[in-house]
Amino acid sequence: MATAEDLQVKPKADVLLQTGPSRPPRNMGQIIRFLLLFAGGILMVMPIAFMISTSLKWPHEVYNLNFIPDEPTIENYIYVLEDGRFYWWFLNSLIIAVITTICSVIFDSLVGYTLCKFRFPGRYIVFIAILSTLMIPTEMLVIPWYLMSQQFGWLDTYWGIMFPGLMTAFGTFLMKQFFETVPDDFIEAARIDGLNELQIWWTVAMPLVRPALAALAIFVFLGNWTAFIWPLIVTNSVEMYTLPVGLSSFGDEADVAWELIMTGAAISTIPTLIVFLIFQRFIIRGVVMAGLKG
Amino acid sequence: MKLYRDLTIRQKKIVWAWGFLAIPVLFYCVVRFYPTGNAILISFQDWNLLGARTWTGLDNYKKLFGDPVFWKVFKNTFVYLLLGTPVSLVISFVIAYHLDKIRFMHGFLRMLYFLPFMTSAVAMAWVWRWFYQPVPIGLFNNFLASIGIPQISFLNSTSNALPSILAPAVWAGLGFQIIIFMAGLRAIPKSYYEAARIDGVSTWTVLWEITLPLLKPTIVFIVVFSSIGFLRIFDHVYNMTTQNPGGPLNATKPLVLMIYQTAFSSFDMGYAAAQTVVLFLVLLAVSLLQLRIMRDR
Repeated sequence: MATAEDLQVKPKADVLLQTGPSRPPRNMGQIIRFLLLFAGGILMVMPIAFMISTSLKWPHEVYNLNFIPDEPTIENYIYVLEDGRFYWWFLNSLIIAVITTICSVIFDSLVGYTLCKFRFPGRYIVFIAILSTLMIPTEMLVIPWYLMSQQFGWLDTYWGIMFPGLMTAFGTFLMKQFFETVPDDFIEAARIDGLNELQIWWTVAMPLVRPALAALAIFVFLGNWTAFIWPLIVTNSVEMYTLPVGLSSFGDEADVAWELIMTGAAISTIPTLIVFLIFQRFIIRGVVMAGLKG
Repeated sequence: MKLYRDLTIRQKKIVWAWGFLAIPVLFYCVVRFYPTGNAILISFQDWNLLGARTWTGLDNYKKLFGDPVFWKVFKNTFVYLLLGTPVSLVISFVIAYHLDKIRFMHGFLRMLYFLPFMTSAVAMAWVWRWFYQPVPIGLFNNFLASIGIPQISFLNSTSNALPSILAPAVWAGLGFQIIIFMAGLRAIPKSYYEAARIDGVSTWTVLWEITLPLLKPTIVFIVVFSSIGFLRIFDHVYNMTTQNPGGPLNATKPLVLMIYQTAFSSFDMGYAAAQTVVLFLVLLAVSLLQLRIMRDR
């Protein structure tokens, strides 16, 4: 019997990203091309590398051009974490990003599935309405959101930071596109087996679009982890800041040394870099899937 | 329950569909549509958050179009767009085009180029801000000093500040564009290239006559996507100019930063709302224009 794995929709992105066997360059042109691209790649990661290298330096060494610290130290990290604020900001960012990611993956796929697999009065209107919200920039909504938060007492709360991102139109369309690839026969068969519509969505359709779910989850997580303008507006107290807002206020303090700012920047960047290094193929595939569908 | 059981299968499906959509529809109404309408409404009012909201008709818009700071900001916003989009498009295409032809360590190189996309704009704005400091602090100027080139004033100069702030924004977006371009290049059927090779067409002709025309959907996507990003630039500008946001002398201030300051520093909600409406119309016009131009060609 075919398992869910076998039937999983093979994304076109996989085909487009096959790297093939690594062959050494054969002629002069290839070698030059490789060397130039390699140099460019090093240049691309240089800012990240210098951020990390500086966060490991003692103050007296910070303004030297050497890339590898003479005596590497984690003193800056200890200082920044003992200060306590980064610890809070990190936790806030993590909680907010995780909850919004779960919420928007569930709701976006539920709406995408409904718009894709059900025929019901009002379907077209809902579709167009959600599509039209893609044209509205967040910046236009922040003022009304702020007023709304003020009215309902959501200012300076997790809910206040999270509520605008609980569902995304982009995710809804991504998921709708992917549910198109789930055969209707499957859903019909499950219906005959006596599963209700909620069970069909969750146990039959969802496992078949797992790659798309992963891609969406990564995008939403990254978006919320790095979100700046709305958390900046909605939070007032230092304990409620997210990492980007916290880092921004930390960097702006009069007497903060650059190596400590670099340490703070590294703390807010390293987690996503680690996620990327672990799920690299997955993430790149996700970018391509979103790009091709979007 | 009895009522539900009496329904036909078709009717049951309608009930389920609206059951699934109930919360999302409520969400979109309350968190997307109502605020959109509200923003437009507030743009016709005078309101400082504390006092009464008074109806002022088009006064906010009249004030905006008579405000020299707005025109400066409007120009800056388009400079970000007109510099950022073509530069990032060309760089990412050149890299993707060559990277596509490399088999050796392909995955590793791709990773290097993509890594900046995974960073947070705020963190990287601070890193670049440090790079841009004068000697003995900033990396770039220290480097220039070490090879005997005169100092460059990056963030304190009215002419250099904007490109300096744009650079990390372009840098962070390149990885994404390169990946999209590579996928687009792979999607072109090999047979076209084989036919061209048999006909003995030069590499340049292949590039101009086959690759680029067939990449048009990819190019349209990247241009629209990155244009919207540059028109909404905020995180980099705010963080690289915190002492004097948008400075020096408003030389780097984009529309979103002006909106932020009007709304949350001056608390002039009506005026700020009018600016957001202008931003919305600009984004709409630019996206429609680009889709139009790219489709016709």
